[in-house]
Amino acid sequence: MDRPIRVLVAKPGLDGHDRGAKVIARALRDAGMEVIYTGLRQTPEQIAEAAIQEDVDVVALSILSGAHNTLFPKITKLLKERGADDILVIGGGIIPEEDMPFLKENGIAEIFTPGTPTSAVIEYIKQHVNRAV
Amino acid sequence: MENLEELLIKGDKRAIARTITYAENYEDKAKEIIKKLYERSGNAYIVGITGPPGVGKSTLTDKLIKNLVDVGKKIGVIAVDPTSPFTGGSILGDRIRMQDLSQHPNVYIRSMGTRGHLGGLSKGTYMAARILDIAGMDYIFIETVGVGQSEIDIVKIADTVVMVLAPGLGDDVQAIKAGIMEIGDIFVVNKCDKEGADKTVVELNMMLDLDEKKDWRPPVVKVAAQENKGIDELIDKIDGHKSYLIESGTFQERRIERLKMEIIESIKNRLMKDIFDKIQEKEFSSMLQQVIDKKIDPYTFADELYKDAFN
Repeated sequence: MDRPIRVLVAKPGLDGHDRGAKVIARALRDAGMEVIYTGLRQTPEQIAEAAIQEDVDVVALSILSGAHNTLFPKITKLLKERGADDILVIGGGIIPEEDMPFLKENGIAEIFTPGTPTSAVIEYIKQHVNRAV
Repeated sequence: MENLEELLIKGDKRAIARTITYAENYEDKAKEIIKKLYERSGNAYIVGITGPPGVGKSTLTDKLIKNLVDVGKKIGVIAVDPTSPFTGGSILGDRIRMQDLSQHPNVYIRSMGTRGHLGGLSKGTYMAARILDIAGMDYIFIETVGVGQSEIDIVKIADTVVMVLAPGLGDDVQAIKAGIMEIGDIFVVNKCDKEGADKTVVELNMMLDLDEKKDWRPPVVKVAAQENKGIDELIDKIDGHKSYLIESGTFQERRIERLKMEIIESIKNRLMKDIFDKIQEKEFSSMLQQVIDKKIDPYTFADELYKDAFN
């Protein structure tokens, strides 16, 4: 039986702008996904814990503060420690191109920067989700 | 996951999460696990948190959990939000208000979409509650979708139903009295620091006094969840209701009712799955065309599908 893809949309760190995260959450909902939205200013520990308790297929991280090189790898590390590295982790926000290889080496599957159509994110998730849907 | 059952009994959060996923997708694995571990369930006390949208159900639940973990209780939370009937998608946002506690070792919180189920709960809620019970929770809080008139399924699953209202609903209280007023075992007027709270309390008390037949007169508790005011009193009232249920024998009655519902739900889900698994998309479309063309009527079509599914 078909089941909806479950996605945690989370904002790690201290910036207070969640418009992008909300637009993504809404777009994923309209694409038939179950989106767990956890709001602003989450610690990596909170995000990993929520991902595990909600048993999501995807974690979508949004960040504008510039702390992605610190926070993103922390989250993938925590997920790995808990045996949950089958979760697809993607990121979006203000992320310079030169930081992307580092993030990808650290378990972030793909980075989406401003201007990406929401349809591209939806398509990416549908094609790359690890668990059978 | 290896040793899923062993981990589940120990209350491992990942094991709980995965088992609930099986349950909400109605995979047989969930049933197999419950069949083996059913004996261990029945110890958790189930509290339903319900009420109209925006009255502060999630914030209230958050504060209840906090006060109960402080005295060493293990808490499971199921928070249900609506699924879009058009896309099948949903945004589950109750967790936002429960972030601080979700990392506590004795707290597990799960968001569920209704996935087409009406009545204020999701299809997998019965099973999910059973799973949390097996995992050793002392209390299970089930937060329904924001209710209007008919989302009263919570009665069938909870030991105590807490109906949350807020001042300023005014005539809404009148409007909901027929369906909703009957299901609350305890009434909460949340945001009691806001104007009009006392008036709402008076109105509720007046309406509740009209119902003389009941052995249990639901108390009305004033709460300001965000300020953590009135939460201790609410917990006392929940305990009080529990004592009443046990002393009056209603506790057992309610639990038997719940078992009946759980069995009926399971049959319903299986029937629906069996029927729709057998219907071929192509066949359905071509027969539908005949209904559109008025060659057959919708009821004959439905009868045919039903017959086919069982042959």
